Amino acid sequence: MKDFHSDKTKLDERSKQLRKSIVYMMEKAGRGHPASALSLVEILRVLYDHVMNYDSSDPQLAKRDRCILSKGHGCLALYAILADKGFFPKSEMDYFCKKNGILGGHPERSKIPGVEASTGSLGHGLSIGIGMALNARIDNSNYRTYVITGDGECNEGSIWEAAMCAGKHELDNLTVLIDYNKQQSYSTTAEIQELEPFSKKWESFGFYVKEIDGHDVNALKATLQSLPLVAKKPVALICHTIKGKGISFMENNLSWHHKSKLTLQEIQKMYQSIEDY
Amino acid sequence: MRKTCLEMIFELAKTDPRVVFIGSDLGSGTLDIFQKEMPERFFMEGISEANIIGVASGLAMEGKIPFVNTIASFITRRAFEQVVLDVCLHNLNVRLVGNGGGLVYAPLGPTHMTIEDIAIMRAIPNMTVVAPADENEMKRFMLKTLNYSGPIYIRLAKGYDPVVTNNLPFDIGKAVIMKEGNDAAIFTTGITLKIALECAEDLIKKGVLVSVIHLPTIKPLDIMSILQVIKNISVIVTIEEHSIMGGIGSALGEIILEENFPTQKKFKRIGISDIFPDEYGTQASLMDRFSINRNNLIKTILQLLS
Repeated sequence: MKDFHSDKTKLDERSKQLRKSIVYMMEKAGRGHPASALSLVEILRVLYDHVMNYDSSDPQLAKRDRCILSKGHGCLALYAILADKGFFPKSEMDYFCKKNGILGGHPERSKIPGVEASTGSLGHGLSIGIGMALNARIDNSNYRTYVITGDGECNEGSIWEAAMCAGKHELDNLTVLIDYNKQQSYSTTAEIQELEPFSKKWESFGFYVKEIDGHDVNALKATLQSLPLVAKKPVALICHTIKGKGISFMENNLSWHHKSKLTLQEIQKMYQSIEDY
Repeated sequence: MRKTCLEMIFELAKTDPRVVFIGSDLGSGTLDIFQKEMPERFFMEGISEANIIGVASGLAMEGKIPFVNTIASFITRRAFEQVVLDVCLHNLNVRLVGNGGGLVYAPLGPTHMTIEDIAIMRAIPNMTVVAPADENEMKRFMLKTLNYSGPIYIRLAKGYDPVVTNNLPFDIGKAVIMKEGNDAAIFTTGITLKIALECAEDLIKKGVLVSVIHLPTIKPLDIMSILQVIKNISVIVTIEEHSIMGGIGSALGEIILEENFPTQKKFKRIGISDIFPDEYGTQASLMDRFSINRNNLIKTILQLLS
């Protein structure tokens, strides 16, 4: 396993601002999956800032690139970027997990403009993404499909059913981005269900694999702007990340996988930690 | 019926570019002609039900109408969460074709038989559940699947089932009144329609006139028609090749109780008692094992009438 020392990767103002939006939604709801969202911020930011083709005023645009957040519990990061891009008014962030809000604890396609699939139960998004990628092939359309999975999510058998299928169909219009933060709910991935040799697994299922620092904006940008990396192969981008990245006391701290009853004091500490990062 | 269903998928695909076929390692040669003529819309995938339901959902999100074909037990039980979340939560135009619903796979044992598919499929919001009685009805039903909105679970019987239905156009969601009589009403779905019709003929000889109501669409149930038929009938029996828990018997019981008729109805469900099929043999022999047959239906109606 490569070590990118992504714990040391610096965060610029945009990365900090998106993280503050995540904290803002948790402030309003008093809950959320903070650490799982924080490891995703740069992956989503680069996709939406530099890579994907879309029009937030026309979320169903036929030629848009599709992005599925298969690890639906990381939705706070997705909401932060979708709000920033104008898919829905930023005021919706005030109603995260609230009775009349559209932003739930897991994302729903029928409620949120820009959300391609309702996710939350793990191991579903990759198969759905394969369906979208196959559709592009049937229709001779050039859109690309991106699926973001968690590392713990790769415990699910359905991920590997899907991986075999994507490899078989040589879907070079499909990219899987794995948020490899090396922690799951109870403990480390190494302890719960070792994924290594992770890169070789994806390779053997027919993917072109690249490992990358999932917090390095420039590295992500360079790779994702070069897709497809090879012809006739789907890409698995193993993004080495830090669970809780950007809020020092959450980093690699299992107790921040999910939190409820957050106090104002805790929220203030989060804002401060982002500021000081 | 099975052959007709597959042929119809091919026919529909020829006329509508939205139609896609997805199989899960089906028998060699299945729909070869489809693969030959429209290879870009023919997918024979691995033994991976969870994946193919998800793939079908992704295609349906893009406007396709995927027909997913495999054994009923695997498409319902194995991939239940994908059916619930990927297909039904998104309310997609995915058609799930379940081969051998009920006791069809008697020789293969309980791993392959599906006695609870109607119960679990009808419990899912947005899902439509259809069980045609014969190939004739299957053909008429399939024509309606292109312009029907939302997911459909299609329960297929064995094949070469005797044709017992008429030639009226199929309406998804409509009950079919096959016989009218005021002494008793038999409700049925799928291939047990034949048993119900034979029972009705036998009972005429005994001076008993029964209504036979075929429910090819189990969900949404045609409640208006059902209530209209049973308004003045006091004996109601359901017969189905399914567990008595959660099938049409349960559905009818719910409707009858909630209608609070001024006079009491006598009601009995015939189906598979709450056990796993415990014998091999044939579909017919297992139907007899669970008394899903003409003799028991006649006996039950006469007992309730006496």
